[in-house]
Amino acid sequence: MVMIPKVKLNIDGKTVEVNKGKTVLQAANSVGIRIPTLCHDPRLEPFAACRVCMIEIERGKSSALITSCNTEATDGMVIRTDSEKVLKTRKMVLELILSDHPRDCMTCDKCGACKLQDLAYEYGVRESRFFESPGGGIEEDRNPVIQKDKSKCILCGRCIRICAEVQQDYAIDFKNRGFETETGTPFGKSLLDTTCVLCGQCVSTCPVGSLVEKQAVGKGRDWEFKQVKTTCAYCGVGCTMYLNVKGNQVVKVTSKTGSIPNDGNLCVKGRFGYDFIHHPDRLKNPLIKKNGKFEDATWDEALNLVALKLGEIKAKYGADNIGVFSSSRCTNEENYLAMKFARAAIGTNNVDQCART
Amino acid sequence: MSFGSGSMTNSISEIKDCKLIFLIGGNPTEAHPIVGLEMKKALRKGCTFIVADPRKIWFAQHSKLYLPVRPGTDNWLLNSIAHVIIAEGLENKEFIKTRTEGFEELKAFVKDITPEKASEFTGIPAEDIRQAARLYAKSEKSAIFYTLGITEHTCGTDNVRTIANLALLTGHIGKSSTGVNPIRGQNNVQGATDMGCLPDRMHGYQYLSDAAVVEKFEKAWDVKLSRTQGATSPTMFERMDKGQFKALYVIGEDPVMSEPNQDYTIKGLKTLEFLVVQDIFMSETAKYADVILPATSFSEKDGTFTNTERRVQRVRKAINPIGNTKPDWQIICELSNRMGYKMDYPSPKEVWDEIASLAPLFAGINYARIESNGIQWPCPDTKHPGTKFLHEGKFTRGLGKFFVLPYRAPAESPDKQYPLLLTTGRTLYHYGAGTMTRRSAGIIHKTNDCFVEVNQQDAQELGIFDGEMVRVASRRGEITTRAEVSDKVKKGIIWIPMHFVEAAVNKLTKDAYDNITQTAEYKVCGAKIEKII
Ligand code: SF4
Ligand code: SF4
Ligand code: SF4
Ligand code: FES
Repeated sequence: MVMIPKVKLNIDGKTVEVNKGKTVLQAANSVGIRIPTLCHDPRLEPFAACRVCMIEIERGKSSALITSCNTEATDGMVIRTDSEKVLKTRKMVLELILSDHPRDCMTCDKCGACKLQDLAYEYGVRESRFFESPGGGIEEDRNPVIQKDKSKCILCGRCIRICAEVQQDYAIDFKNRGFETETGTPFGKSLLDTTCVLCGQCVSTCPVGSLVEKQAVGKGRDWEFKQVKTTCAYCGVGCTMYLNVKGNQVVKVTSKTGSIPNDGNLCVKGRFGYDFIHHPDRLKNPLIKKNGKFEDATWDEALNLVALKLGEIKAKYGADNIGVFSSSRCTNEENYLAMKFARAAIGTNNVDQCART
Repeated sequence: MSFGSGSMTNSISEIKDCKLIFLIGGNPTEAHPIVGLEMKKALRKGCTFIVADPRKIWFAQHSKLYLPVRPGTDNWLLNSIAHVIIAEGLENKEFIKTRTEGFEELKAFVKDITPEKASEFTGIPAEDIRQAARLYAKSEKSAIFYTLGITEHTCGTDNVRTIANLALLTGHIGKSSTGVNPIRGQNNVQGATDMGCLPDRMHGYQYLSDAAVVEKFEKAWDVKLSRTQGATSPTMFERMDKGQFKALYVIGEDPVMSEPNQDYTIKGLKTLEFLVVQDIFMSETAKYADVILPATSFSEKDGTFTNTERRVQRVRKAINPIGNTKPDWQIICELSNRMGYKMDYPSPKEVWDEIASLAPLFAGINYARIESNGIQWPCPDTKHPGTKFLHEGKFTRGLGKFFVLPYRAPAESPDKQYPLLLTTGRTLYHYGAGTMTRRSAGIIHKTNDCFVEVNQQDAQELGIFDGEMVRVASRRGEITTRAEVSDKVKKGIIWIPMHFVEAAVNKLTKDAYDNITQTAEYKVCGAKIEKII
């Protein structure tokens, strides 16, 4: 094992020891001290654009305000995350961000899960001294899964960076300059006409309501969802994800950074491939074929018929004329029961998966 | 097996720290996107990539060395890499001495398998093969990743063992970020195999050839078990073909779409006296059923899946069953009870407890322990943290074994009549036979029709344009589909994804199987393309 050297620093009066190379933000988080962030995502390289993660660092007799998300923790640092100076400046930073942000939280799909809303509430930013009415609004895009509202973008760059750093797809970027700066595809093309793979990673990282899951728009807000932790049913990676449920409906799929093995990342299938669950084509009743046509049956009728037929065939030809195919789409428990059923209930070892891939 | 176990030897979280990744017959950005992301992390950290694939996939474009190997000739490539490693003295002598057996035999065998000879078969320049061998052998943390491009051949098991030879030669195994890693395709194929859904073994790799195993289960299950060897799915279809098989209970599978040679599969199913299909949609197979039992989706049930890194993870019920459906586990229990064998479990949790109590591999795993994060087997007791990577210090089978495996040609190669080599695969946007993904509005917007990838030169010779509808035929059938002309595939090769009912590529594939695992040869058969006039 390579030993990583440690550094010791003081945060809000607490002594904190972390591995060399960690940021002040990580050091604070490691002892449960929360510093607010907007442009930070642990999956990404530090970017230091929003400045809400501001902290105060002692430098001899004076002190300085620096962003904690991109400052390396070093030996002997003395840091305050909650001094008056920090809180005042942070409030001002928030005011500036809100100066250019719509106030329509009442109809925003992100309401309740929006980091900006939380911070505005926490810091009591009701009015902004700089208010400008933002332009733009919801963009028309043929893509069926990602909705972009330009007016809500705070230019934190998270969407662009996750697309470039994690996805390495480079479908979106910053455009224009100064007050005109915005994010998006080149020439405002539809995502469908770019290299975009519709992974929705950009949606997953957007801290505000600028990027949201289109299919879930209007179907519920954060506090209404029951989030059920489960494992993706598509490929063998087995990503951990949350089904967001309202009523008896899966409204959207999300994940969390730190989850194993995917660290909050999901692909297009896991994130957006859930609507088969409620598809009208789902089989809803047992079916028995009569004169070449399927007819609805009750569970009793169907199961009794299957038991009877399998029993007859076993009696007439022997158990080894019956086989069971089980599935890589079923759970472990179901696969175990399927093989137990073949061996113990029918009495044959003819059990297999047909797609062994 | 070479090591004694056929699973990923490393974990997904180790990928980012690999120094060299040799990717062969796998396209993670499309088939296993999140593993793809971890590999992209490694790439950003300077990991060297060697990619062997007949298609110029994403990682091929970002690799140090791209080896466009002709489908079905991986054996030549791998054995000639072994040749170079030994010829140039790059092997790990200490490792070979203490942890392996059969080295001398392999050495003698690969002596004549020079890169020049291999080049003739694989189409890869000899110098590139040498370069690959050097890079792989010399890197401090080399990991091999492979998927179906290696296994879906009549020589699939041979290929896997030939890959293992390379790891044994160099000692690149049994350490973090260093090993041999098959990535499983479908979500719980690892679990289905672990759970004994194979004719020759109980769950936890307890083989029925061992009388003690049979006795143990007879006692635990309170039943007399059959000593007759079970049939694999290809054998069951063979027996249907001869009219010597009477009933089939298909749970969550769609053999009409997934088995090779579709005509033959359908004919077989039609000979059955009784077919039961249990699924969430009316599948192509279900159409031939006598009874269809409607199951729930994964969102409507509890249980566990095991991912490709052997991690047993929870599946949780999020909504009530849609319509009149029931979870598969419940249907099986109710059926078993009706057949006179009692299956009485209040919930999947109790099923898992029985699984763990009867297999040492999973003995330490229970629902309470995997509440927040899954655990990787082997996990022999409830104090054990699970196993991140396999074969540290010792192989499951004791010594690692070198296998001497000469090239075997695919069951069917291109010829005069069917001059193109057809190979198949998966795309990012769809899954399996597409029954789920094609019912997802979000996904079908991106791709919702089948296509055949054709090399520019071949297309020119055939007078085919990009986007044109063409007929693709093999000895077993034909489909009509759209041509995608590019340089993604090499001349002489065509590639078709497998998700589309209306252009089911398994009408064309050959029903030939690996001699050991009975995996079908989806990756090679002869085909031709014709213009539709
Ligand atoms: S969906 Fe994925 S690929 Fe497309 S823009 Fe967002 S992050 Fe990039
Ligand atoms: S769209 Fe969202 S993630 Fe992207 S820059 Fe704007 S606020 Fe940040
Ligand atoms: S989210 Fe994508 S990569 Fe992850 S398990 Fe699902 S299909 Fe596989
Ligand atoms: S989180 Fe540090 S500057 Fe935005």
